[in-house]
Amino acid sequence: MSVAPPSQQQARIPFYRDTRIIAVLLQIIFLFVVVGFIWFLYSNMMAGLRRSNLLPNYSFLSQPAGFPISESPIPYDPGRTYGYAFIIGVLNTLRVSVIGVVLATILGVIIGISRLSSNWLLRSVATGYVELVRNIPLLLQLFFWMIMSQAFPRIQDSINLGGLLYLHNRGVTLTWMREGSSFGAWLIWIGIGGLAGVILYIARRIQFVRRDRPGVALPWALLLAAGVALVGFIILRISSGTWPLALDIPELQRFSFQGGITITTNFAALIMGLVIYTAVYIGEIVRSGIQAVNKGQREAARALGLTPGQTLRLVIFPQALRIMIPPMTSQYLNLTKNSSLAVAIGFPDLFSVAGTTLNQTGQTVPVMLIVMLSYLSVSLVTSLLMNWYNKRIQLVER
Amino acid sequence: MTTESAHARPTNPAMVIWDWLRQNLFNTWYNSIISVLIVALLFQLLSTFLGWLLTTQGWVAVLKNLRLLFVGRYPADQVWRIELVVAMIALLVGLSGGVWKGIVRNLATGFGLILSVLGLLAFTFPNDGLNPFITPPIFLLGSAALVALGVWGGSRLAEAARIPLLISWVLLYPIAILIIRGGVGLPIVETNLWGGLLLTMILSSSGIILSFPLGVLLALGRRSNLPIIKGFCVAYIELIRGVPLVTVLFMAQLMLPLFLPDQVRIDSVLRAMVAVTLFSAAYLAENVRGGLQSLPRGQTEAARALGLNPVQTTLLITLPQALRAVIPVLVGQFISLFKDTSLVVIVGLIDLLGIARTIYSQAEWKDFTGGVWRETLLVVALIYWIFSFTMSRTSKKIEEKMSVGYR
Repeated sequence: MSVAPPSQQQARIPFYRDTRIIAVLLQIIFLFVVVGFIWFLYSNMMAGLRRSNLLPNYSFLSQPAGFPISESPIPYDPGRTYGYAFIIGVLNTLRVSVIGVVLATILGVIIGISRLSSNWLLRSVATGYVELVRNIPLLLQLFFWMIMSQAFPRIQDSINLGGLLYLHNRGVTLTWMREGSSFGAWLIWIGIGGLAGVILYIARRIQFVRRDRPGVALPWALLLAAGVALVGFIILRISSGTWPLALDIPELQRFSFQGGITITTNFAALIMGLVIYTAVYIGEIVRSGIQAVNKGQREAARALGLTPGQTLRLVIFPQALRIMIPPMTSQYLNLTKNSSLAVAIGFPDLFSVAGTTLNQTGQTVPVMLIVMLSYLSVSLVTSLLMNWYNKRIQLVER
Repeated sequence: MTTESAHARPTNPAMVIWDWLRQNLFNTWYNSIISVLIVALLFQLLSTFLGWLLTTQGWVAVLKNLRLLFVGRYPADQVWRIELVVAMIALLVGLSGGVWKGIVRNLATGFGLILSVLGLLAFTFPNDGLNPFITPPIFLLGSAALVALGVWGGSRLAEAARIPLLISWVLLYPIAILIIRGGVGLPIVETNLWGGLLLTMILSSSGIILSFPLGVLLALGRRSNLPIIKGFCVAYIELIRGVPLVTVLFMAQLMLPLFLPDQVRIDSVLRAMVAVTLFSAAYLAENVRGGLQSLPRGQTEAARALGLNPVQTTLLITLPQALRAVIPVLVGQFISLFKDTSLVVIVGLIDLLGIARTIYSQAEWKDFTGGVWRETLLVVALIYWIFSFTMSRTSKKIEEKMSVGYR
């Protein structure tokens, strides 16, 4: 086989057939088209905004907002600025997301395990729940919970659940903790306990390394910390005469509640809807994660004499967790993003505050930018955290 | 994790039941407690629910607003156009069921059955006297008959009809939109009159159909070696996936008119369509990318070795296999898209969910004890549920069939 020397053959390729040049040319054309298109949209927008005298301007952020916000974790009044209102929106979104994620994970794990139960009834109920909730839009479910919670009786005729929990048409009032006068002193005790726990933990770890034998460190450290805190709790009760932290049981006055905390209907409905909806997906992740663990692992664990509980806790779950983390991350992000549906049921989350701001100022571009950037950064931070956790628990292979 | 009995099964039927109960409900002490609790809870829930379901008078609100629920404020004298589209779909579904058998046949049968049941139910509906020519029962039963006819015809034609059928399915969407919106010869029905199930269907089918090519392009772009194209696709996908659909819908409602030149007017249904399409494309791209990544490298290398150029390799070798592998995932995404179209309520469109809200807020029902929201939401939820459940079951079947084919 006589082949022309490579140098000669390459020299004969005309430039318009050289893949390297084609690639560069293609990208340049692509870039021109995209930039040109964006420029076209941008210039249209600026022209339109100039005509209606609404050029993007961020100064409104420091002007008084003038609208009320029905609930807020930090003090707010309509005299505060738009920027401050945005911060409250972000805080409310975060509050819903964090509480929602925690509750949805708990419910989801319960559902996931129920789906695998050997109890036929439990398994069927869990399956029915999943099939029912998964196939109905979240917004419809939110509407349902919203109307449902408003259909509760007036505050005077609240539904009383054991004297600890009251349901009424303005929300849910439940028993909470109240700080006593010695609460500050107790915090010091907790600090000491925590420190002791950390020291014990480190000491145990050093010991394990020296003996070259693994052992249990964290449970003992936690036990020590809790013990110190408990001792402090009792000592403070004796010395000061009041509990550092007491149950705050709500009492029905004429038209309101004394004590306890009241969760508004909007918040309760939003959390209810989000948790019930997201838990289905988390349950499916948990179920498939557990099922994905090799059957031999379970059999080997049983053969080694581990109890079913130990098998689940020490063998199945750590391995299932690895499979579950990435899809779980996207469900947590979904919950955060879905919390923007709050706008439909009147809870003042980021999106709802932004909507009001937009109506009042007409500053479409800055408001949309702020909203998108906020959601993007929340998404980014969550995925970074979960990726870090994912890396930590990944199997380290040779 | 069901435990099968190792010992010989008793033959006495009472013993069989007892055995089953003991193994499945009372095998351990905690399972016994759980079983008893669930039975009590289920009894409580079901008796309350059924008691309400059978005694409530609120159904009249739904029955009186059936037309609103299905087609929104679409002019009554033009409703025959929608009926025509449904009839076309029925015929096509029937023909496909006849030609392809298996899952498609089951779908066609289910569709026909639902149409027949609705048709029989429709005899009891109050007639609003607006369309005297084709009454709902005749239309629904007629469509069911078309499905049956299609199945019969399809099984006669068999193989020969495959290509023409595929082409008809592709043409269905533009033709249906043309008939519904009007234009050539037909009076135009403005999109602001579209509503109810009609709007939900149009939004979701548009989202599915239009986002498909865009999503595939984005997925290919993200896999590309060219840094600028890849960077653009990554940025687009991550940006869209990082924000909620509501923001994209809002963006489309507020910014799209700004972005376009003055003379171009775009109505709010079209804006919602654009938003849903752009949003869905980003998710679809990630799914397709998953399929592309799952292909063994040898496929591309073999194709290149055979002398196919990159475009041919993608179109003939990798893409078909990747798409086939991700069909179940895509169906799952279409289900969520279908459910997500309900968010257009937030930007003021009146889709199926919006109509539900309209119905239960009507002044007529103010005196109704407890309102009619439960009945209305239940009916609407049922409609959503039937569609999503059918899709998810179908996807599961396809998955099972595919995994059998691979092994």
